[in-house]
Amino acid sequence: MSITLQEQPTTDRGFWNDTGKTGIGSWIFSTDHKRIGLLYFYSVLGFFLVGVVLGLLLRLELMAPGRDLMSAQTYNALFTVHGVVMIFLFIIPGIPGAFGNMVMPIQIGAADVSFPRLNLFSWWLYVIGTVLVLLSLFTGGGAPDTGWTFYVPFSARTGTNVSLALFGVFILGFSSILTGLNFVTTIHRLRAEGMTWSRIPLFTWSLYATAWVQILATPILGITLVLVIAERMLGTGLFDAARGGDPIMFQHLFWIYSHPAVYIMILPAMGIISEIIPVFSRKPIFGYKMIAFSSLAIAAAGSLVWGHHMFTSGMSDTAVLVFSFLTFIVAIPSAIKVFNWVSTLYRGSISLDPPMLFALTFILLFSIGGLTGLILGAAATDVHVHDTYFVVGHFHYVMFGGTGFAFFAAMHYWLPKFYGRTYKTRPAVIAWGLMFVGFNLLYFSMKVLGMQGMPRRYYDYLPEFANLNMVATVGSWILAIGLVLMLVNLFKGLFKGAPFTGNPWGGATLEWSTPTPPPTLNFITEPVVTHGPYDYTALKHDVREADSGVTP
Amino acid sequence: MTTHSDEHHIISYRKLTGIWLILLVLTALTVAITRIDLGGFKVAGALTIACIKAGLVIAFFMHMKYENRLLQILLFVAVVTLAIFIGFTFFDVLYR
Repeated sequence: MSITLQEQPTTDRGFWNDTGKTGIGSWIFSTDHKRIGLLYFYSVLGFFLVGVVLGLLLRLELMAPGRDLMSAQTYNALFTVHGVVMIFLFIIPGIPGAFGNMVMPIQIGAADVSFPRLNLFSWWLYVIGTVLVLLSLFTGGGAPDTGWTFYVPFSARTGTNVSLALFGVFILGFSSILTGLNFVTTIHRLRAEGMTWSRIPLFTWSLYATAWVQILATPILGITLVLVIAERMLGTGLFDAARGGDPIMFQHLFWIYSHPAVYIMILPAMGIISEIIPVFSRKPIFGYKMIAFSSLAIAAAGSLVWGHHMFTSGMSDTAVLVFSFLTFIVAIPSAIKVFNWVSTLYRGSISLDPPMLFALTFILLFSIGGLTGLILGAAATDVHVHDTYFVVGHFHYVMFGGTGFAFFAAMHYWLPKFYGRTYKTRPAVIAWGLMFVGFNLLYFSMKVLGMQGMPRRYYDYLPEFANLNMVATVGSWILAIGLVLMLVNLFKGLFKGAPFTGNPWGGATLEWSTPTPPPTLNFITEPVVTHGPYDYTALKHDVREADSGVTP
Repeated sequence: MTTHSDEHHIISYRKLTGIWLILLVLTALTVAITRIDLGGFKVAGALTIACIKAGLVIAFFMHMKYENRLLQILLFVAVVTLAIFIGFTFFDVLYR
């Protein structure tokens, strides 16, 4: 890999300047994958913050029993919108759209994705879908109050503006499919010379597995949502038992997509962790092939387990047994990843820079979330905790503690590369500490509350749940303070911070071999790959000494 | 990767017309079997004919027969996935 040849910092700010075009048109109509990645990044980050504010409001309402802040109907609408925004506007497009677009083509040595215009189109579809979802909040019968899962029969009957929200999500689905299509084609067709399948960085491998899930599962969500719209507008009766339909069929169709969608959310996050752990341990990744294979295995096995969301819905006992068994199988490739990350850390020369802190936190929080997932995956125990706060705690551990923290890790790891400036370490570490403490106060309390029997989605609760709810709400404030501090420090650094040049962390993947920020075509000369992505012996110099001017 | 060959296989009009005629015959057959009392096999029969038709369209009109092995495998994976999705759902309905 021609790492040392292209390491000089650019003086012309790379892709920010080198097309000679300025203004908003040079961004929103750009086909450069890095610009589209940044468009995605700021869009999803914006909606993440919207979702955070909604979540804080929910926690405020739940701070004490009884009515504190809002009516029950507003509460129903808020948790629905919190879910829809976080799932469909942040976490599904988040990592593939933002960091997948920014980093993946560079990692495989390509100048861009296979279909740059389609890539831009997928961002526009995201924007259109988003606008429709947001419109649905303020028009018609008001914000949807079904929960993000849109379960029939309620979603077919409620007077709120469910149809428009469903249509918005339908369009967002197409954005996801196109991104997946683009990534599969790019990874198959545009790899640089020498970039064999066993030299593909693990982040790209995880995006590849994710892309397949996006392509194969998302159309089913589209069809399902259209069927609910048809149910509402045409009264087709497909999900109405009184007219020969089957409401459980909706749950099947919905979860055939929405469970694999969980892997659309977590797999790229695992890819980020697989990049960061070896770099900050100064050690090649342990079990490269097994990690790559486990991404594919998770994608495949994860597509067969949707029934575990329906153990108490009236599904047949035989199906419950089969889905429960298959759910346990998914734990195997997930554990392979965790064990391989830990083995990579073993006897490594670990440096606790902010990206590494977030990555290590991912391993802990994801493991807690994953193991509580097994309690839910076992049919017998699930009956007890189904639809309690235990479930809410579980998926926030996996989705926020997992994907969210991986997203923050990626922000601290890759964004300086694209901005050519970096943040201060100390505030980032303090922010990480606050978030870690706040996170666990907030969501661990939820798990305990769930074990005690507090149902999810309820507006009010019994007095015996009051203490832990107060703890959770205080935790949400600490988490929010940490989040604000992290973002302020990061963006202050990216726009005004110390220059970031070269390869200060000593990554061996191709993105660290291009100029900083990368030029529009990514590489000055076409790269030829001669070694694997974690082969640090091939990096000859001690990067920390070579780039002593940089304080990451 | 540079293994992709850009040669396009040209299918003769004769062959395309032949496939089209077979599709028409199969369509007629779909209609015809509804008039025979096959009992429970009626749906199976209709689905079998539909699968054959879809296969012909994919193989010839969509050129899949002449594509490289990789594309064929990818399509196969997609079809198998769909079959599993439908199959597992029926698993619930059959034993409910």
